[in-house]
Amino acid sequence: MSEQKHLVDVRGLKEYFSVGSGVLNKLELKAVDDVSFTIDEGETLGLVGESGCGKTTVGRTLLYLYKPTAGEVYFDGRLVTEKNVSEFRKDMQIVFQDPYSSLNPRMTVSDIIGEPLDIHKLYSTKKERAERIAELLTLVGLNSEHANRYAHEFSGGQRQRIGIARALAVNPRFIVCDEPVSALDVSIQAQIINTFEDLQQKLGIAYLFIAHDLLVVQHMSKRIAVMYLGRIVEIGPAKDIIESPIHPYTESLISAIPMPDPETARHKHRIILEGDVPSPLHMPKGCPFRTRCRYATKECEESRPELREIAPERFVACHHR
Amino acid sequence: MSEMPLLQVKNLHTSFFTDAGEVKAVNGISYNLDAGKVLGIVGESGSGKSVSAYSVLRILTDTGRVTEGEVLFKGENILEYTEAQMQKFRGSRISIIFQDPMTCLNPTFSIGSQLREAIQIHTDRNKEEVQARALEMLQLVGVNEPEKRLKQYPHELSGGMRQRVMIAMALACEPDILIADEPTTALDVTIQAQILELMQDLQKKMGMAIIMITHDLGVIADMCDEIIVMYGGKVCERGTADEIFYNPRHEYTKGLIRSIPRISEKHERLVPISGSPVDLLNLPKGCAFASRCDRAMKICLEQPPEEVVVNDFHIAACWNNVKQMMEEAKDGENA
Repeated sequence: MSEQKHLVDVRGLKEYFSVGSGVLNKLELKAVDDVSFTIDEGETLGLVGESGCGKTTVGRTLLYLYKPTAGEVYFDGRLVTEKNVSEFRKDMQIVFQDPYSSLNPRMTVSDIIGEPLDIHKLYSTKKERAERIAELLTLVGLNSEHANRYAHEFSGGQRQRIGIARALAVNPRFIVCDEPVSALDVSIQAQIINTFEDLQQKLGIAYLFIAHDLLVVQHMSKRIAVMYLGRIVEIGPAKDIIESPIHPYTESLISAIPMPDPETARHKHRIILEGDVPSPLHMPKGCPFRTRCRYATKECEESRPELREIAPERFVACHHR
Repeated sequence: MSEMPLLQVKNLHTSFFTDAGEVKAVNGISYNLDAGKVLGIVGESGSGKSVSAYSVLRILTDTGRVTEGEVLFKGENILEYTEAQMQKFRGSRISIIFQDPMTCLNPTFSIGSQLREAIQIHTDRNKEEVQARALEMLQLVGVNEPEKRLKQYPHELSGGMRQRVMIAMALACEPDILIADEPTTALDVTIQAQILELMQDLQKKMGMAIIMITHDLGVIADMCDEIIVMYGGKVCERGTADEIFYNPRHEYTKGLIRSIPRISEKHERLVPISGSPVDLLNLPKGCAFASRCDRAMKICLEQPPEEVVVNDFHIAACWNNVKQMMEEAKDGENA
């Protein structure tokens, strides 16, 4: 495993936030707790889970937008640290969920896309800068006339394209896509998904594709990682995860997808999970999923299951599988 | 003639009068809803799906007004009701649940007092009976420890629990119709499954009709007997779930279905609908979808399409259907 060179290699990543005030009220929120995965050049890893499971925090921490509490991130074989992270910024970029709040309303499109070019000094003449911006706009399906307009003049889908163009400006090799289509209507969502796919094919970019919509994630990804309460509970090839989930959580998650097909819907058996996700401030001891799991036993209460490889490339964290 | 439908919406038009001009949110929609059925209204943002339902209940914002049409509930036009009559009507005959339960529940009152209020307004039960009914409703919607919950405040409950409370309030007076406006959009997948299951369950038990408004074709396929697809404030097509999904006859519906990723053996590229949604301030003369439609003809730009009966279970408003029918008729003549 370790000899193989991965583009992104995350090992034992932890991100704890301290919440509450004062000395006595201080609580530790384990948003990400010991997460490891790899992503190869030009590959897409899907990351799914429900709200509060830590999937967004994983994306941000691995980019050092938050300082990790523990763990290492290797990019192209080199260890990323707080000191040298600026050297990696050109290679690792992010596209955010909300195309409204992630674009500065006082900047024109060319300012927004030009900013990374300015910061990384990626042009020598003004003309070159303008050409590059026009090129980027065309690449994401907008046209160069859009450059002098402001973000509010665009629809949600177009704004997301601007966000993508900004990420692409520095020719990254890896992009964290944090719920990039969740805020969009179905017909627009499909346009943006295709844009991501085209760019990957053309430019060979690797994606960490974070989303809660399993249909979108399985469409985009080669492999999928499923998170629950700060941990990865299952990781493996997308097709296998969807067709034969192993972890009880993945199993119910997949059975819960409303299928856009009346015939499937009629014959489907939903595995309904009892109750809600526990608060990450009061994490259950042992397996974090045991409070909602129908297979839970004493063992699950006592010790936390580690990720084990139970079939080639498939890792599951469950005592009973 | 069959029995009168429970709810008949006829040629409903609703506009918002804003500084920028008249926003025509709903432009002549008609449908019937029979007792005990689940009707799905699907469409994207701005398609008029929510506004059409708010118009039925007359809960539009100040700038909004129904400009034309009728809403008949058991044959009576409720658009002619006085506000006092309407207040009696809402909640007891037709009630509604919204997407975000947090903004619909009052944060300063306990769950119990809000639930009791909903029951008190519409019935003449005494205090004990009201309390008992509140408790019964919470149990019915699967809220655990209902006695404790009655004393709690909305912020103390999770999103799924709050939506259950909303459903309990909406159903407390046993309405004939429940309008569910994106009831699970704000919820996680596993919680969404719980709520959908609960709604199906309650529908069987209590027998009310449901109008399910959503953008999610999955939820629609799961829940609905009949489906209305809306675009630009108009009905594109209307039919049984099977007809809409397996025999779509409007280019917009076809486009929507092609836009959703599916689980399939080999990777299939999505076929998105090009362009962006129609501007409700400047609706085109012809079909609202024409500018994004691959099969648009000259007539589509000039004249809005009429609703054409495809079969007993299916109506579609697309000129291509008319063209096809004319061609078929011609072939028949020649043969």
